[in-house]
Amino acid sequence: MDYLVRFAQLHETFRRPELQACATLAGADIEFITYNEYSPYCVVRLPDEAAARAVAKRSILVKDIFELWGEGTNYEELHADVRRRTQHRWNDYIAVPFKFTIDYFAGTRSLVQKGEIIRSFSYMGFKGPIRLKDPDEEFFVMEEYIDDVEVSKLGVSRTEDPRKIYLSRKIADSCREDVLKYDLKKRRYISTTSMDAELSLITANMALAAPGKLFFDPFVGTGSFIVAASHFGALTLGADIDGRSFRGKEKGKLGVYENFDQYGIKSKFIDTFTSDLTNTPLTRTAVLDGIVCDPPYGVREGLRVLGNRKGKPAVNVIIDGIPAYLRPGFIAPKRPYGFEALQNDVLNFAVRSLVPNGRLSMWMPTTNDEKTEFPVPMHQNLEIVSISVQSFNTWARRLITYRRLPEGELSDVTLARKKIDDEGTTADDLNAFRRVHMLRGHGTRVDQDQKKTE
Amino acid sequence: MKVITANFVTCAVKECKTSPASFPLHFQDAELEQQELDFQPEFIRNVLPRIDWEALRTVSNELGFPSLPDSKPEGEALDNEQTLKDLHRLLLETHVTEGKLTCGNCGHSYMIKEGIANFLLPSHLV
Repeated sequence: MDYLVRFAQLHETFRRPELQACATLAGADIEFITYNEYSPYCVVRLPDEAAARAVAKRSILVKDIFELWGEGTNYEELHADVRRRTQHRWNDYIAVPFKFTIDYFAGTRSLVQKGEIIRSFSYMGFKGPIRLKDPDEEFFVMEEYIDDVEVSKLGVSRTEDPRKIYLSRKIADSCREDVLKYDLKKRRYISTTSMDAELSLITANMALAAPGKLFFDPFVGTGSFIVAASHFGALTLGADIDGRSFRGKEKGKLGVYENFDQYGIKSKFIDTFTSDLTNTPLTRTAVLDGIVCDPPYGVREGLRVLGNRKGKPAVNVIIDGIPAYLRPGFIAPKRPYGFEALQNDVLNFAVRSLVPNGRLSMWMPTTNDEKTEFPVPMHQNLEIVSISVQSFNTWARRLITYRRLPEGELSDVTLARKKIDDEGTTADDLNAFRRVHMLRGHGTRVDQDQKKTE
Repeated sequence: MKVITANFVTCAVKECKTSPASFPLHFQDAELEQQELDFQPEFIRNVLPRIDWEALRTVSNELGFPSLPDSKPEGEALDNEQTLKDLHRLLLETHVTEGKLTCGNCGHSYMIKEGIANFLLPSHLV
């Protein structure tokens, strides 16, 4: 059966991978019939209505899903398609309380025109009653016009009439309203680097968070990702090299746990602990169903692992006969670390700790232009499921989702980067992203003046 | 720190990873607390195959709980709700609020304070 999906018109590169992930979660095969990043309407093929409901129910970027009754590039075509697809079913709806709604993208219609459009479907013979509030069935006429964004990006010209028209019957809403529930503005415990609610929930979806599963975030911070994974039912663990980030400032309270309490998902919280991913205490066996994380970029926050800075000897300091590290208030020394080395550590960690087909959904920053873009980190035991991009003015970040391949299967990594950048002393030496980011309008006044004179 | 987490962690020192003596870490001076949580049988069923049963028996003994069966419940035993509830209670509802986790290989201790374990290493152990 063909179904019409109405997407939210944002985060376009996340929409298809997220819908695909929701279908995987629902155990349904999905086929994309038409998809256009400049349009909210998308036609997919799914086994049945139950599958369509299940898929939509898990999606954040889908608004709602409809049974497709007809499509066309003008009303003549549409009416012919509606007759062809649904004539045999009109009788089932003859006495059902219903409502007709006109929805348009990048266009508009007057009340008079809307009335005319609705009356043009009178041949279906629905006797009603018409019920505007709580109808049993809701039919949608959707008109898709060419949006200004598409005009400016692709250079196409705008047309007077819609380029595509659909008739559909509404089946189900998505869970998009959960974005409001998890709004950072209303969350008890956050910090400057907390990931926003919508992208956190999408990340959890990409990694297939679900009841019964065990999820982990090695850079947990204020817990945005594990809260999102637990919202979808997974039990979660989090770790951070800086224990203050998940504890918070309030004495006797655990900041991250306050969030689980606020959302009524305390039973999904397992633990947070202080540790460094590069020297992780987690065992070398596969215990995790999913890893969701946004590793530090080394711009707003430090990118560090345990160990002394170069040149400082690693000795066991003894104060008053007691090793310093056993005294209260000991702070383990940390050294700067490479941006790409850290991502490779994440991949290696994922390979040994994920169960077969378990997923890693990792964010990484990149630049906004193709020439200086960073290659996607790869590993032969991980298959890249999807790559989505969120663009900002001077930089962008990607969400990369990997699947842990079962033993015996390998992915092609010939395009992977070879460079290991954990040698170096300053943050810029170690971190190509930081270097480029700082140079592109974020550098010091001296840098910028120099550029002007060049 | 919950009992389930203790089954997933070992000594953070690299040389200890290959030594069988480093797993499980041993609780010392542990203060225990029980916290009631929703029973989630699908989680216990999913995670139980990944639990190191010998390590769980050791830790459970050290914390002073009655002995666990010799072998891990499998197959039909997982249809018994009481078995799953007992495991839920031990793995998820029991947590150590204060104490230490000590490595049987190198002897290094990781402190647990207010339920949070600290696995950071001093530089001479990295």
